Amino acid sequence: MEKGVAYDNDMNLKATELRLGLPGTDESQKECSSFVKSNKRSSEEMDSSCNEEECAPAPKALVVGWPPVRSYRKNVLQQQQKKSDSDVSGMYVKVSMDGAPYLRKIDIKVYKNYPDLLIALENMFKCSMGVYSEREGYNGSEYAPTYEDKDGDWMLVGDVPWDMFVTSCKRLRIMKGSEAKGLGCQ
Amino acid sequence: MSEDEELPDLGGGSTRSSNSTAVSGGGGDHNYVSPSPDQVLENVLENVLCFLTSRRDRNAASLVCKSWYRAEALTRSELFIGNCYSVSPRRVTNRFRLVKAIAIKGKPRFSDFSLLPPDWGAHFGPWLSAMSRSYRALEKLYLKRMSVTDDDLSFAAQSFPILKELVMVCCEGFGTGGLAIVASGCREIRVLELMDSDVGDDEADWISCFPDNVTCLESFVFDCVEAPINFEALERLVARSPSLKKLRLNCYISIGQLYRLMIRAPQLTHLGTGSFSPLEIVAQGEQELNYFSAFAACKSLICLSGFREIIPDYLSAIYPVCGNLTSLNLSYANINAEQLKPVICLCHKLQTFWVLDSVSDEGLQAVSAACKDLRELRVFPVQALEDAEGPVSEVGLLAISEGCRKLQSILYFCQRMTNAAVVAMSKNCLDLVVFRLCIMGRHRPDHITGEPMDEGFGAIVKNCKKLTRLAVSGLLTDRAFSYIGQYGKLLRTLSVAFAGNTDLGLKYLLEGCPKLQKLEIRDSPFGDSALFAGLHHYYNMRFLWMSSCKVTRQGCEEIARQLPGLVVEVITRDREENETSEYVDTLYMYRSLDGPRADAPRLMVRPSLMICGKHCTSTECRFSIARSLDFTLSVWVPCISR
Repeated sequence: MEKGVAYDNDMNLKATELRLGLPGTDESQKECSSFVKSNKRSSEEMDSSCNEEECAPAPKALVVGWPPVRSYRKNVLQQQQKKSDSDVSGMYVKVSMDGAPYLRKIDIKVYKNYPDLLIALENMFKCSMGVYSEREGYNGSEYAPTYEDKDGDWMLVGDVPWDMFVTSCKRLRIMKGSEAKGLGCQ
Repeated sequence: MSEDEELPDLGGGSTRSSNSTAVSGGGGDHNYVSPSPDQVLENVLENVLCFLTSRRDRNAASLVCKSWYRAEALTRSELFIGNCYSVSPRRVTNRFRLVKAIAIKGKPRFSDFSLLPPDWGAHFGPWLSAMSRSYRALEKLYLKRMSVTDDDLSFAAQSFPILKELVMVCCEGFGTGGLAIVASGCREIRVLELMDSDVGDDEADWISCFPDNVTCLESFVFDCVEAPINFEALERLVARSPSLKKLRLNCYISIGQLYRLMIRAPQLTHLGTGSFSPLEIVAQGEQELNYFSAFAACKSLICLSGFREIIPDYLSAIYPVCGNLTSLNLSYANINAEQLKPVICLCHKLQTFWVLDSVSDEGLQAVSAACKDLRELRVFPVQALEDAEGPVSEVGLLAISEGCRKLQSILYFCQRMTNAAVVAMSKNCLDLVVFRLCIMGRHRPDHITGEPMDEGFGAIVKNCKKLTRLAVSGLLTDRAFSYIGQYGKLLRTLSVAFAGNTDLGLKYLLEGCPKLQKLEIRDSPFGDSALFAGLHHYYNMRFLWMSSCKVTRQGCEEIARQLPGLVVEVITRDREENETSEYVDTLYMYRSLDGPRADAPRLMVRPSLMICGKHCTSTECRFSIARSLDFTLSVWVPCISR
């Protein structure tokens, strides 16, 4: 029915970018068929001139300006959604480094594993932390990353499996290598 | 308007008249000379007309006779132009000479939903030209859905040296560069409000452009400006604005920055909180600020909004002010019922509440329990899609209707609804003036009974006797419209989408609703014969909008022919060779004293013009056809001599 043109200032066809892969896609197909049925019923009873255009349901994503929510509001909420999708169970933790004047806050959920996190920290604070080894921690590096866990204990980053780390880490502190020695896991 | 030059019955034409006792209050004294008609008129002007502020009262006064018309025109200081194309700027400035405040509305509301091409019109420029000559003492300017350029703003700042209030709602065409000129040029500005407007980011540091001395700013609203601002300049501005009562920040202001502003302006009554989330970088050793105490210090706060990127943990900071709030706008805050409850249970004075459906029916139940004084509720969808999971439903609506009996205005987006809940609201909330229900799935019936939503909306128009604005949705047959026509006697604004079966639907409306002013219809099967049913009424309306209906070109031409005082704009989307449609895409028609506008968008103007199926070169017939890449806009005026 409605194959209208969306009159957006920057010609963006955001309407067509709406994801149809949401829960309920099957429902949308059911909707289509029930829509067709109700139209047919009305055409029999009411003798309305239901032309072909009207009976064929348009793909729902292409209906311009429906539902009637202003594009400004839609955009704001979509952007929020994007941000929150990426950190749907986001974990913002403070990161400090000995000697640096400013804290940073990072979302550790953004990283997939320890190497990712370490590289990011090294870039953020312009330091080198080397590679973690079970036996020796970050021995030999100028700096070592440590974290405070749920129980308030300070641990070396890498001591526990990544997933456990992500859920238990409360804050990060990049210590001088010499000070971190005592935290090595037995 | 009467041709009568003289005041009826007062003073007659000669010196003495017993009727003059009505004015002078006595009649027995033979030394008394009754006032002349002119004197009487002056008395009336001085003593009565100056008290008439309502424009309807003034309109009535202006119709008494020519003298009253002139007197009223000379004394009206506040103007309201509901449709910028209904009258030319020159006609307005010729009639009204002493205007201090003007409100101008441009595009029809459906332009908010991308249903009009850009550059459709509603340019502020021509109005500004006329006003800059005639209204140099202008103090208040209010624009809604107008297209305003930076040059316009610059010219306005020059033309209106004592401008005190500038409010722009749903406007576009200007940027932060234009705002910089307003900030520096309008030295007397007390109110600067930008709402829901599309403001371009010219990277101008407009906040720094306000004058350095103490300002008289009382209201500063820029929450829709999507551009970073100079925070230090804003902080200094707030510090030197002792009269500032309303401040609405944009999303580039972090909660830490909000804190700094709040402690400088504890006198605020209206606050838009910006992003309400922290910046990434926090200085070493800095504690989390005590936001709670900042709010506690704002003892006059009655209206809160913003929360653009809220981290829900911070919401508890507003507890100290909840008990005083009359208005709370959480409609950009994606929070759930559990996060809402501790806040809303404190808001016992709340009258206006805007929220996202993320709070779900459970959240609305909490609202219903706590906000007994609620007058206006708006529930917006987080996901504006037809097939999304809908967290709110008839359950929430029913709860609200039971708890908030004083409700006057509701806008409710949902995925499913029942007639029963709508009927219940119609019986519980008898003060309803505005009822707008948007069931987002097109043609969706009552999800429990499978029935159309006719009975629900029928109950609303029948029981809510004060209703003036209605928006309908869901599966609706002609019966729904027969109810509206039968009971909607006070209805002024009606929005219809994907509804009705036959022309009868629209006929019921046009024949039944005598107060109808604004009718906007989309995707409904109403055609020419329904259109003709409104011929008796169109001059009383501000506009009629019909898009994707079954109106034909011929039908539009016929209307234009029969009603020369209407401007009939038709937009036809260009189609492929094999695609034909007998129906126009959009019909937008409105009364106008000055005929069709000359500023229809044009990329290419066709030299030969068509009307009534034949080439027309008559000078009596004024029309323009503009073609762009995707549409043709035609404006008809009938071939009659004037």
